[in-house]
Amino acid sequence: MSRKKIVVALSGQPNCGKSTMFNAITGSTARVGNYPGITVERMEGYCRAQNYKINIIDLPGTYSLTSYSMDEIVARDVIINEKPDVVVCMLDAVALERSLYLVVQLLELEIPVVVGLNMMDDAKRKNIHIDSKALSELLQVPVVECIARRGIGKKDLINSVIDIVENKKRENIPFYISYGSDLNPALKEMIELIEKNKFLTNKYPSRWLAIKYMEEDENILQQGKENESIHNELVHIVKRVEKHTDKTLKTYPEALVADYRYGYIQSLLKHGVISREYAFKHSFSEKIDRVLTQRFFGPLIMLLVLYLLFWLTFQLGAYPQNWMQNGFDYLGQLGNSYIGNELLRSLVVSGIINGVGAVLSFAPLILIMFAMLCYLEDLGYMARVAYMLDKIFKAFGLHGASVMPFIISGGIPGGCAVPGVMASRTLRSPKERLATVLTVPFMVCGAKATVFLMLADIFFPNNKTNVMLILTIASWCAALIAAKILRSTLIRGAPTPFIMELPAYRLPTLYGIITHTWDRVWQFVKKAGTVIFAISIVIWAFMTFPQLPQKQKVYFNKMRREVVLQSKNLSKERNHAALSKIANLEQETALKHSYGGRMGVWLERVSKYVGFPWQANIALIGGFAAKEVILSTLSTAYSLGDPDNEEAISTSQGRNSTEQSGIISSSMLGRKLLTNSAWTLPMVISFLLFVLLYTPCFVTIITIAKESSWMWALLGTFASLAFTYALCVIVYQVCSVFM
Amino acid sequence: MVIPMRKMSKNQIGIIKSITVKGELGRRIRDMGLIPGNKFMIIGRAPLYDPVAIKMLGFTITLRNSEADHITCEVSDSNCL
Repeated sequence: MSRKKIVVALSGQPNCGKSTMFNAITGSTARVGNYPGITVERMEGYCRAQNYKINIIDLPGTYSLTSYSMDEIVARDVIINEKPDVVVCMLDAVALERSLYLVVQLLELEIPVVVGLNMMDDAKRKNIHIDSKALSELLQVPVVECIARRGIGKKDLINSVIDIVENKKRENIPFYISYGSDLNPALKEMIELIEKNKFLTNKYPSRWLAIKYMEEDENILQQGKENESIHNELVHIVKRVEKHTDKTLKTYPEALVADYRYGYIQSLLKHGVISREYAFKHSFSEKIDRVLTQRFFGPLIMLLVLYLLFWLTFQLGAYPQNWMQNGFDYLGQLGNSYIGNELLRSLVVSGIINGVGAVLSFAPLILIMFAMLCYLEDLGYMARVAYMLDKIFKAFGLHGASVMPFIISGGIPGGCAVPGVMASRTLRSPKERLATVLTVPFMVCGAKATVFLMLADIFFPNNKTNVMLILTIASWCAALIAAKILRSTLIRGAPTPFIMELPAYRLPTLYGIITHTWDRVWQFVKKAGTVIFAISIVIWAFMTFPQLPQKQKVYFNKMRREVVLQSKNLSKERNHAALSKIANLEQETALKHSYGGRMGVWLERVSKYVGFPWQANIALIGGFAAKEVILSTLSTAYSLGDPDNEEAISTSQGRNSTEQSGIISSSMLGRKLLTNSAWTLPMVISFLLFVLLYTPCFVTIITIAKESSWMWALLGTFASLAFTYALCVIVYQVCSVFM
Repeated sequence: MVIPMRKMSKNQIGIIKSITVKGELGRRIRDMGLIPGNKFMIIGRAPLYDPVAIKMLGFTITLRNSEADHITCEVSDSNCL
């Protein structure tokens, strides 16, 4: 027997336990997706009850249903466009008055609502007594008492939903709030106008439309403009009321609407719904906050927590990352031994396995980072971090919560911009968030750190730590200045209101964290399988084609034969050395011959102003795939062969292994570079700076595009390239004069 | 005595008198439950003195000083804790 379908939208204010209830009801069926075109997450799941399959859409948590934030527009659009059978609205019983503000707005949309009165246990502990029956009668909607963390109330919620659907209670429930003698007559006039002309009434209730015009709701005004004459008449009425209220009450319609809504709620509550002690007793959370946000210890503890999060991400992440890397290495070996065709082997091993493998090895990092971030967020600590740091970040046009993406991206050297960009999801203000996403790639990620360590080892062997420190400080300066520039040009505009809740500390539920984290990692892995797969092949082809002409291949083969012929007179080692020298020379020639190499040579016209020879150029081009590739490409370009291809390609994991290969190749590469006339001190400084800032690697660019848009991702890439080039020209030229 | 919220000191209790800003900020302030007539207490300021944290009945809100400027409050000198 096929089950009948019910669609339910789950609504509620942030921190009311809505997601906990969603997880309790839907269990393992929950899936995270994105609303098309924007980065608001869409959670969906289902459950079965009686004869129904109930699909549940978890709306973003919003305090209200205006149209200022993406979250609110999404919540409203789902309710209006997807027409769920019932909207379940979760309330925080402790903040009942404010929570009801959302319920009132839902009821004004004239849709069937079920209220879930959550956190009843907290309320009892705080001596708040709520008469849910009285509330239900006054509001004329079912009210279910819940404790979402323990799954209490979920059955009753579902039963109430089914009850509404079966008894066709959705045939309408007019809901009426009086907006006072100043607004009521105008509203009536507007409603008549709207109904007479069927103005947007196919989508929205007429009274709601009138109220939205009164509130000057941007989204609705925009839609209304299509019918200009009615739109103008409505706006005219609002203007008239505005003039009047400004003169008599020194206020404006929008504020009046809110005041009357809260007034309505107050009058509800006075009908014996709630009784509590009106005292500002210090709660448990406040006592914790006295330490955690204390003037001196607060920042100290925060630094410790941030550092711990960072350290755990990359320490714990190193193990699974190593396993994955070993797995891919093994695959590469399989490829090397079983694929006969030289070109195909190169494509599969160097192109696909190395490319996709390097990217997939980010997955464990993202998993661990998100799990911990999710934990801190659900715990309520992230809000405190934003609270403590906001003043600093505000100065650069960012938000207190921007700190997390910066740290994870490599604010402490060794991070990674991919999880860093994704961590910006905790930011709720769109402008600040975009500025954060575009500037975090300047940080010293693990891949850049290996390049810096090696070059510092070669050129500044006695000052390695100082070089790292200076580069780290430079990255912070560059990122913050770039953010400031962005926020005063392209992403200009007043700061998004900071005002936010400091939620009470609550231990997160493990289940919620696991499902949320897993889905995000899965999305990333899917991306690796498609876009990243394709780009890996393109980059490989760029560095491989066109291949050396036959004549030159013959020439190298001839050299080999000569070595073999003379081998009788030589020891085995010297024979081997001579052969690998030829192989390296062939590799260098092939690289220079490829499109990438030609581009490197061609780019010398531009790069001479920053002092880079073609070998450096092609290394930087390779670095676009992943920054560690800069080292291996540099080695190839100076015909050293790949010092240790697999390990150089592997990402920030396994510090030990990279350090080992660093020692081997840095001595060889070091000798080459130190004696090379192109690698002067000014050039090295300009090269270090260039690597620090030039463009994000392509995985980061794709992540940025996913978190904002392709336009912003490409703009950010080219703008940072231009900015870095200009900076390096200045640095190189000035240094050349003085050194 | 009516003063802007920014001028209030820690542990001082006040009643919101008016919100003097229109547009997004004004709406945000009201949406978060800061509406005329509601009682609150300043519970602290961030280590760098901005933003400020206030306790309402049942929840805690933090906002920047520049935002608190737009909220006027009725306070009496005697109601400090």
